[in-house]
Amino acid sequence: MVLIKGFVNTLADPRLFFLLACVGLAVLIWKREQLASSAVGYGTLGFLGIFFVFGTFDPNFRLIVTKPDNVPIVGLIFLLAFFVWYSLREGVLNDRRIAAGQGPIEKAESDRVWVWPDLVYIELIALVLCSVLLIVWSIFLKAPLEQPANPANTPNPSKAPWYFLGLQEMLVYFDPWLAGVVLPGLIIAGLIAIPYIDRNPKGNGYYTFNERKPEIVLFLFGFAVLWSSLIVLGTFLRGPNWNFFGPFEYWDIHKLAALTNVNLSEYFWIRMLKTGYPSAWAVRELPGIVLVLLYVFALPVLLGKSVFKGYYEKLGPSRYYVTAFLFLAMMSLPLKMLARWILNLKYVVAIPEIFFNI
Amino acid sequence: MAETKTIAPAEGPGTRFWNWLTETQIWTSVFRHGRPDSDRNRVLVVLSNVFLHLHPVRLRKSGVRLRYTWCMGGLSFFLFLVLTFTGLLLMFYYRPTLEYAYTDIVGLREHVPLGIMREMHRWGAHAMVITVWLHMFRVFMTGSYKPPREFNWSVGVVMLVLTLLLSFTGYLLPWDQLAIWAITVGSNMARATPFLGYEGPGAQLLRLGDVPLIHAADDARFALLGGTFVGEGALLRFYVLHCVGLPLAIAVLMAVHFWRVRKDGGISGPL
Ligand code: HEM
Repeated sequence: MVLIKGFVNTLADPRLFFLLACVGLAVLIWKREQLASSAVGYGTLGFLGIFFVFGTFDPNFRLIVTKPDNVPIVGLIFLLAFFVWYSLREGVLNDRRIAAGQGPIEKAESDRVWVWPDLVYIELIALVLCSVLLIVWSIFLKAPLEQPANPANTPNPSKAPWYFLGLQEMLVYFDPWLAGVVLPGLIIAGLIAIPYIDRNPKGNGYYTFNERKPEIVLFLFGFAVLWSSLIVLGTFLRGPNWNFFGPFEYWDIHKLAALTNVNLSEYFWIRMLKTGYPSAWAVRELPGIVLVLLYVFALPVLLGKSVFKGYYEKLGPSRYYVTAFLFLAMMSLPLKMLARWILNLKYVVAIPEIFFNI
Repeated sequence: MAETKTIAPAEGPGTRFWNWLTETQIWTSVFRHGRPDSDRNRVLVVLSNVFLHLHPVRLRKSGVRLRYTWCMGGLSFFLFLVLTFTGLLLMFYYRPTLEYAYTDIVGLREHVPLGIMREMHRWGAHAMVITVWLHMFRVFMTGSYKPPREFNWSVGVVMLVLTLLLSFTGYLLPWDQLAIWAITVGSNMARATPFLGYEGPGAQLLRLGDVPLIHAADDARFALLGGTFVGEGALLRFYVLHCVGLPLAIAVLMAVHFWRVRKDGGISGPL
């Protein structure tokens, strides 16, 4: 038991956790034909269930999982795992039908039914079930109320509401102006832009994977891995001082995390050129600034001429550049994570003089 | 058109009562159509009812399937209604001032017998965030944002943001440690807004001679909190936004959203 717990604690390390989330998604997509069977889906749910049930025997695990405001996130884990699998499965089933020349199942069901009674009754049942669930949940779980607000007493950790914990987790890698303002803004703008940059006419109104591979992979990566798994990480695995704690680990306020992160400028001027910092910050940060400019402005062009040539031709310049920009903005997070984990990189550009750190 | 199943009503006291009831003057004054046992009357059920006429009269068979919509849009809407109702009841008890906010919540749990309104409101809010996400996810996976539904997707994204903001503003109202610190962490971000936050990049550039235009007492965070920290001003602002501003905005957008679902040809399906 101790061994298993230790093992799970190790797996939950942010680096491994994130890697595992990526690998899990990749395997799910790659092996979707095999994983589409009900046995796999319900088996996974069962396994998750058993994990949580056994987990609650551990005091540390129980403490964090049964915190009233965290209960919905436990629900979210199950729902998300289920629906990601389910939608891919429906896609696989439809792809098989399409390959056999039958067209998606939604096509076979395109004749019309009356709203009364066919739809209204389904709605009624859903409504009753949802009410019952909510009432039972409300009877058995009290809404939390802590000590009265006290501006002088900062709790440790101070966490944002759970749906923003993915953003708070980003603060480990980016400064607030990026993690809290610019990137969330880009998430919203990017979501709104989806219908206008996705010009693939196929897959409109039915589940499919094969007809929309890149779109679905990208969206799943953003939604399931970057957004949702970071919420889970931020909720369950971040303790005092936003340090990492395994699910079976005690939240020790005095846990020390080695902070040896290094700016790009130090790598460049001190370790590589061995000259010491130039005095003007504009010069000091030049390598980082050049790198960022290349990433934002040159890379889309380069990619459009090489790897993404096909997309460039399909989308046309304006759609392509918007897409590439949003894509690179999204990938900046995993890239910064990797740079942090491998190179201990703190900032690419660090100009604290004007609060401009990247 | 799918076959309409007609089930001959079994003769019995229940049926006789039903037949009698639906012919009384009161009943026929409320429902201006006959019993829904013919196609014509089923159409009228939907068309002559202000609530049901959000629906079309007929729709694709695949569209009523749970496997297709997961019912998540409908549940989001239902949860919104639950939240409106329970929220209204909570407003009877709650006063948004430093003096009363916390004690009113304590009172709510201590003095209201069998009170679960606060629980229903809180868990309902969490649940709505989840259902809206899952709704968006299913709309994506069925490609339902593609033409002609692009605009409705955009409306949806705005409603998603509003849902999160509603939840966020409500989080502050109990005025306990959980509340103010979560809002402090969240709203500290606004301080770093480029140009508009006093610790944001570029804010120092906005100055008139020696006088900075952006400082702690007039930046984006100040506008959000009505102060330089989470205090009385923030409580009032969040309360007003939570109970009036944001619900109104999202209700209007929901009307647009549902209207557009129908105008865009009903629930999506392959052509
Ligand atoms: C406040 C939250 C929302 C409510 C109450 C809501 C409600 C609904 C309802 C009841 C439907 C009918 C079909 C269904 O149930 O799936 C629908 C469809 C739709 N929703 Fe939402 N929605 C919300 C948020 C969103 C979001 C966040 C998005 C996308 C980002 C979105 C995009 C759409 C689209 C494109 C359709 C048409 C789907 C189709 O025809 O298959 N909605 N919405």
